[in-house]
Amino acid sequence: MPLRQTAPKLSPEQYEANFADIAPPLTRQQAAVEAARCLYCFDAPCTQACPTHIDVPTFIKKIWTGNLRGSARVILEANILGHSCGRVCPTEVLCEGACVMHEKGEQAIAIGRLQRYAVDDVLDKDIRMFHAGAPNGKRVACIGSGPASLACAAEVAKWGYAVTIFDRHDLAGGLNTYGIAAYKTRAPDSLREVELVRQLGVEIRQKTEIGRDISFAELEKQFDAVFIGVGLGETWGLEIPGDNLHGVYGAMEFIEQTKVKPFHHLEVGQRVACIGAGNTAIDVVTAARRLGAETVYLIYRRSEREMPAFKYEYDLAKKDGVIFLWQTQPIRVLARDGAVTGLECLRTRLGEPDARGRRSPVPIAGTEFTVEADMVVRAVGQRPVTEFLRPVPGIELRKDGTVVIHERQQTGNPKYFAGGDCVNGGKEVVDAVAEGMAAARGLDAWLGSPRAKG
Amino acid sequence: MADLSVNFAGLKSPNPFWLASGPPANTGGQVMRAFDAGWGGAVWKTIGEPIVNTTSRYGAIDYNGVKVMGFNNIELISDRPIEDNLREISEVKKRYPKHLVIASLMVESKRESWHEMVRRTEDAGSDALELNFGCPHGMSERGMGAAVGQVPEYTEMITSWVKEAARTPVIVKLTPNVSDIARIAAAAEKGGADAVSLINTINSLMGVDLDTFAPRPVVAGKSSHGGYCGPAVKPIALHLVASVAKKVRIPISGIGGIGYWNDAAEHIALGATTVQVCTAVMHYGFRIVEDMIDGLSQYMDDHGFRSIEDFRGRAVPNVVDWGDLDLNYKIIAEIHPELCIGCQLCYVACEDGAHQCISPYTAAGNGKKNVNGMGVHVPRIIEEECVGCNLCALVCPVENCITMKEVKTGLPAMSWNDRTRQRAADPGCALPPTPGAD
Repeated sequence: MPLRQTAPKLSPEQYEANFADIAPPLTRQQAAVEAARCLYCFDAPCTQACPTHIDVPTFIKKIWTGNLRGSARVILEANILGHSCGRVCPTEVLCEGACVMHEKGEQAIAIGRLQRYAVDDVLDKDIRMFHAGAPNGKRVACIGSGPASLACAAEVAKWGYAVTIFDRHDLAGGLNTYGIAAYKTRAPDSLREVELVRQLGVEIRQKTEIGRDISFAELEKQFDAVFIGVGLGETWGLEIPGDNLHGVYGAMEFIEQTKVKPFHHLEVGQRVACIGAGNTAIDVVTAARRLGAETVYLIYRRSEREMPAFKYEYDLAKKDGVIFLWQTQPIRVLARDGAVTGLECLRTRLGEPDARGRRSPVPIAGTEFTVEADMVVRAVGQRPVTEFLRPVPGIELRKDGTVVIHERQQTGNPKYFAGGDCVNGGKEVVDAVAEGMAAARGLDAWLGSPRAKG
Repeated sequence: MADLSVNFAGLKSPNPFWLASGPPANTGGQVMRAFDAGWGGAVWKTIGEPIVNTTSRYGAIDYNGVKVMGFNNIELISDRPIEDNLREISEVKKRYPKHLVIASLMVESKRESWHEMVRRTEDAGSDALELNFGCPHGMSERGMGAAVGQVPEYTEMITSWVKEAARTPVIVKLTPNVSDIARIAAAAEKGGADAVSLINTINSLMGVDLDTFAPRPVVAGKSSHGGYCGPAVKPIALHLVASVAKKVRIPISGIGGIGYWNDAAEHIALGATTVQVCTAVMHYGFRIVEDMIDGLSQYMDDHGFRSIEDFRGRAVPNVVDWGDLDLNYKIIAEIHPELCIGCQLCYVACEDGAHQCISPYTAAGNGKKNVNGMGVHVPRIIEEECVGCNLCALVCPVENCITMKEVKTGLPAMSWNDRTRQRAADPGCALPPTPGAD
């Protein structure tokens, strides 16, 4: 069933302009000038702030000296997804946020863009950076092919483990391929990074679901250790009447469409209401505007102050002309003839702070009003896809579906390690990489670091 | 308003700023435009028997995104006929009688040839002569330029030949490519020179293309040593100007790394009466003289100097032998934590590169935190260890964050030479105390 009113299609050029790289690659000269600004701090705060502790001053110095391959090596040894992290990391609250230039009253060094510049060089020239270690006879399985699994797989492959990644999707890369705003990175960029991991001899089996296509018994027989990096799945429901109507989408499903289909094949409502105010909600509202939607609302129960999205992301949505409805709680999805026509909402007031210190919204009776929309998108967080782990003895899941881990990313079942969004509930790509690498060290230690003998 | 006019070996110049002999002073058209822009004088690009130049001719060193920190050239003297140069000198002098036109000359080392050239140039109306005894490339291999200026006897002899014929002041331009430039300056003075100018360019190779292995500047895959100049050479020029100022009594025209009024003021403070500029004009054009005049006037007004003579050479007595420096003067570094940005460059510089007198963290920090909630790591000077070398203050990227403060030792001034004199007079005497000697 079609949407009640769809946004008119744009020209192919307009779509490309709307989704053009938000931080285009630096030119050689721009990179040289920016690299020269770096003070080359000792014991640098940027490196400390990075979850993967990339040696930022060293890689920037190498850009300055013209040693791009060496620069890329410094980055990729610390973080095999250095390219995508350079593009999608919220650098303003990580490395660039820690840059001493702030204290100096100057613009922080553009660390993310320099990082991309260095890694692009080896990716563009298809320079092989890493080789698999001498086989140590041990085998590791990774479930999921997102950032956490790729990081874990690359790390242990360098130590001589035979690694197989199992993934249920058509394409590898997980969130990086399917779930990041198209103006930040496109699916082919993510697949280039997957190739870096494949070059280490890692086998990737797509469209394969553990527990369905391959039993856990089989998996445990074939592999000495298993890493779980399945990330998050479906968006949580709104739990209000009309939630299941045609025209109500989950945020990730909506964004995935922008990553795997040509823009002109996508249907977007003329008026779009997105519920939620996290970074994913920003991806939704900016994508909707860039696809041509005339009016896009971001609806949030709390106020601007409690908004979880980063300032940088919020600014993007503001620039895109998104309308923010603060302290607004949807109570019903409205429809006519089966097609969404809008949302019935209540105003809220802010009550006492909750456990996380955010003030809880309290709906105010009698303040009902209608937000007209042809399309509603839920961006209220995602549920981990961990139910399939239930049969595995020892693995403990929390109420929200996240996997419980102990030291060194090990689960309650010693053979299983876990990391990334399915453990932390949804953080940054760089956190997933850091946890995947921590799990690599953990399972290696558990297996007795066999590379030392080989 | 300060009076910038100077009297240089009897020549009245409206200000101390002259174009140095080089590409900017190659033609009458350029020199007239330079005078319109405010230059007080111009030393014409060296006149001699016409030569043939190469392409390319210039090389440069950039640093941290700053273009042309250092510059070099393998260009020779004027490639235009002597008559053309002399005719244009006449024209310029007719139109700009109050500005100075100084002819730079390079002639084969024969007495009659020099006499002839001096006569022709002075007949054309030049105000003075500058003898190019310094050009390090191309001409020196033909027995001219630096081949003369590197040997005191030749310098004295040829200067005396020129003086036999000259009716206008004779300036000898000195090459820095010698072990003791003051000796050459003294030889020129002995030969009768009315003034010296320095420095000419420094022998150099600008670099090597690491793909083709061609040195720069490249001429069909090869290169040759050339003359180095530009901002990078100023410290060398200042040292040589000062050492010549201590040696000779004739006036000095300072050259080397002058791009701004303060560079010029430093040359003057070390004894120069006029200054000459080439590279900065090649980079930015004649217009830079406007701020040179403006800035120098402001500086002089601020300091109550009414004329150049009021501060010329003032720094010369402060340039002394190391043995005369006061060993009882003591400074140590001081970090101002509120300005510290936590880069730790002072720490690593002192720890690895100097005297291990800085601790990386101060327990208290400076109270500042970055967006990630991390405090700024403020290093701490270990005062009892600090040798007062300046390194931390030099590498600190924040102005005034690290300063050097004087520590009163309570000891009288005493130099190394004082100590050795005391010991010589009384070998049994105890050495007087010095800071840090306990």
